[in-house]
Amino acid sequence: MHHSQVSEHATTTGIDHRKMLIWVFLGSECMFFGSLLATYLIYYGQSLPGTPTPGEILDIPTTSVSTFVLLMSSLMMVLAYSSISRGNVRNFRIWILCTALLGSTFLGFQIFEFTEFAREGLTPKTNLFGTTFFTLTGFHGAHVTVGVIWLLSLFGYSFKGDLTKDGGVNVDLIALYWHFVDVVWIVIFTVVYLIGITNAVHNAHG
Amino acid sequence: MEHSPHSREADHPTPLTYVKIATILVIITAVEVGIFYIDALADVLIPIFIALSAVKFALVAMFYMHLKFDERLFSWLFVGGMLLATFVILALMTLFGSL
Repeated sequence: MHHSQVSEHATTTGIDHRKMLIWVFLGSECMFFGSLLATYLIYYGQSLPGTPTPGEILDIPTTSVSTFVLLMSSLMMVLAYSSISRGNVRNFRIWILCTALLGSTFLGFQIFEFTEFAREGLTPKTNLFGTTFFTLTGFHGAHVTVGVIWLLSLFGYSFKGDLTKDGGVNVDLIALYWHFVDVVWIVIFTVVYLIGITNAVHNAHG
Repeated sequence: MEHSPHSREADHPTPLTYVKIATILVIITAVEVGIFYIDALADVLIPIFIALSAVKFALVAMFYMHLKFDERLFSWLFVGGMLLATFVILALMTLFGSL
């Protein structure tokens, strides 16, 4: 199945406008998250002494579980796309619901983390670490939320419309968006959590 | 109706391949978390984390986002944005003395 073929409208590239749009959008999203990550890294280690720092407050075990949940949601998403590509709408509905469920679970973990941090004295107003951390991960969480809404709307649409037409391009669009959100979390988990704590511990030990 | 130029989509992975990729991603994540607690590796942890996350990133982009099998233009759009973002991060960090 040639997913880039245009079924109704001719284009100069021969590529579906919707697929072109999503990739251009994802390219711009790289810049968006890149700027948030740059801000986090610039202000890293410059918070006022006596306020919470990455080494003290970030929790690797809990975040590892949420990372696993998001990775599994990507698997569910790609299985949903694979199902609709083969015209299997029933399996598509199962997989896309699983994707939305795991995405919601990830959001639950984030809400838990944010409330725990607030309880321990870290809010966006506490210090530079709090501001940049909550901005970066908060925007990522907002993207996940939009994705979950999009997934559920596609699930509902599968009962009314034909998602298999045009090679399942409507599912392809959300799949690309969802995998991008996952990829951004891979970067955030590595830079903010793993490297952030490693560096903090290393600096503390001199 | 015009037809698109031949794409590389004829060889899209099977569901089993996707499961194998997911398994690899989970294993790499487990390795990252595991080595995090090994004090002896403290000096080399950061390059290892960067390398492992780059592998995960590439696997998701190539197989789940099927860049490996789709129009090459999409790869340019995505990689271009990514390279620009990386350049901006490094430039800002250098400018503000964080690098």
